[in-house]
Amino acid sequence: MRNIRAVAANTFREAVRDRVLYNLVFFALLMMGAAILVGDISIGIEQDVIVSLGLSAISVVGIFIALFLGVALVSKEMDKRTLYALLAKPVNRWEFLLGKFFGLVMTLTVNTAAMAAGLYAALWTVKHHLVRGDAYILVAVYLILLKLALIVALSLLFSCFTTPFLAILFTAGMYVAGLFAADLRTVQGVGIDPASLRVMRGISYVLPNFQNFDVMGAVVHGRGVSGGFVGQATFYAVLYIAIVLAGAAVVFSRRNLK
Amino acid sequence: MPTGAIEIEKLSKEYPFGFLHLKRKKSLEDLTMRVEDGEVFGFLGPNGAGKSTTIKLLMRLIFPSSGTARILGKSIDDVSMHASIGYLPEQPYFYDYLTAYELLDYFARFHGLSPNDRRARVQAMLKKVGLDTAKKIQLRKYSKGMLQRVGLAQAILHDPQVVVLDEPMSGLDPLGRREVRDIILELKRQGRTVLFSTHVLSDAEMLCDRVGVIVGGKLRGIGAPDELVDIKAHGMEILFEMGGEPGNSALLAKATRTGNRYRVQLPEEELYAALEALKASGARILSVAQIKPTLEEYFMHLVEADRAQANAVDVSGK
Repeated sequence: MRNIRAVAANTFREAVRDRVLYNLVFFALLMMGAAILVGDISIGIEQDVIVSLGLSAISVVGIFIALFLGVALVSKEMDKRTLYALLAKPVNRWEFLLGKFFGLVMTLTVNTAAMAAGLYAALWTVKHHLVRGDAYILVAVYLILLKLALIVALSLLFSCFTTPFLAILFTAGMYVAGLFAADLRTVQGVGIDPASLRVMRGISYVLPNFQNFDVMGAVVHGRGVSGGFVGQATFYAVLYIAIVLAGAAVVFSRRNLK
Repeated sequence: MPTGAIEIEKLSKEYPFGFLHLKRKKSLEDLTMRVEDGEVFGFLGPNGAGKSTTIKLLMRLIFPSSGTARILGKSIDDVSMHASIGYLPEQPYFYDYLTAYELLDYFARFHGLSPNDRRARVQAMLKKVGLDTAKKIQLRKYSKGMLQRVGLAQAILHDPQVVVLDEPMSGLDPLGRREVRDIILELKRQGRTVLFSTHVLSDAEMLCDRVGVIVGGKLRGIGAPDELVDIKAHGMEILFEMGGEPGNSALLAKATRTGNRYRVQLPEEELYAALEALKASGARILSVAQIKPTLEEYFMHLVEADRAQANAVDVSGK
C-alpha cells in the first residue's frame, strides 16, 4: 500500500507541475461566456443550457485527459527510462501500475470537482438561487468520474503492450464502441442470422457499457437518479476496472523494458 | 560453499527481430559468473557487448530467455532482494519536474524509512555527491554530470549491500570521475559489493579486485586484472640521456630520441649487454622498466579476435 501511495502522489504531482490543471482556465472561460450569453438570449431554459454545456465540457475535457495522460502513464516512463531506477527498488510492477492509475484518477477527481464548482457558480450567476434538484448534477459528475476512471484503466492496459499511438486508437475505439454496447444487445435486424446476433450479444457484454454512466438527459431536465442506478453503475465500474487492471498487471509483469 | 554476492548461471537473452519477429538475435549467451562478497567487480566490454543486458537482467528490467541468477542468495525474481541492492542505470534520466531532494525523498519512501530518517539520509547523500547547494533546483535544469551524481545518490541512499552501477563514469568530467572512484572505494572499505560496467579500462585497473570481459554476448575472460594480462614481461625498456654528439651504435639506431633523451625496447636477455654498452659510451641511465601488456591490450586482443571470428562466419556464410 505504501508503494502504491508513493507512486500515486508522484503521478499527481507530475500532472500538477506539467500544468494539466490549466484546462480549468479554459473551462472557467467557457462557463463565464455561456452564463453571459444565456442571460442575454434564452428565456426559461438557462438551467438546461448551462447544465448540459457544463456536464458535456466536464466529460469531454476529462476524456481527453484520461485518454492522453492515461496512455502516457506507462509509455512515457518507458520511453524516458525513468522507470529503470524505480523498478530496481523493492516495488512490484503491479504496485507501480496501481499507483499510476490512482494518481491519474486523483488528478481527474480534483479537476472534475473544480469544474463542477465552476458549473454551480455559472448556474448561480444565471438563476441567482439553487434548488434541491440541482444536487443531481453532483450525481452526474460522479458518474462521469467513474467513466473517466474506466477510460484510464483501458488506456493503461493498451499502453502496456502497444505503442502510444495505437493505445490511444484502441482506447478511443473501445470508448466509442462502448457507447453502443447496450444497443448491440437489443439489435433485432431483419436478415441477420441468429449466430451473428449471438456474437453481437456476446461482444456487447465484453465491451465496457459507457451508457451506464450517462444520466445527463435526466439531470438536465431536473429528473432524479435513483440510488440503485448509481450503486449498480459503481459496482459495474469497479468490477470492470479491476478486471482491466488485473490484465494490465499480467501483461506488464512480463514486459521487457527497452 | 559460501554463497557469492551475485551468482549468475547460464544466463541468456535473445531478442526477436525482423518482420513478424520471426528471427532471433542472441545478445547474451550462457553467462556464468560469480561476484564475491565485498568485491569490486568490473564488467568490461565494447558497446553492445552485453554488459547492460546482463545488468538489466539482474535488475529484472528485462527477462532471461534461459538461465538463473541470485543476488545475496535470493532469486532475481524475488522483488524483496531489491531492498539490499542499489542500482544506477546507464545514462540515468529522472523525473525532471522534481528537485534532487524530492527525487531522493520519493525513492527513499520505497525503502520504508521514517520521515526523519528520510530527511537525514537524503541530506547526507546530497552532500556526499556534491549537490547540497543545488538540491532545490528542478532536475530539468541539471547537466549530464549532475544527473549522474543524483543517480549515484539514489543508488546508495538506502545503504545497500550490493551496488550495481551501469557506466557510472559516463558523462563525468575528471573531477566527477574522481569523486565516483572515491565513492566506489569507500563502498569497498565498508565491505559492500560493487559490480560496475565500463569501457574505460584505466578505471577498472584502478578500482577492481576482479574484472570480467564480455565480447559479443559471451564472457571471454574473468580474473584479477594482472592475472588476465599475463604477469610475464614482454621485454625491457631503457630510458637514458646522452651528453654531446652520440656515436653510431646499433642500440642508438633502435632508440627513439626526444631531445637528448633516448628510449629503447629490447628482449630481457639483451639487457645487461646493452647497459654495459651504454655505460661505456657515457650514457646516463634514467630508468629500466619491464614492458607488460596492459588490460587495454588484452581487451583489444579479445575484441579483434571476436571480430575476426564474426568475419570468418560471415565469409563462410556467403
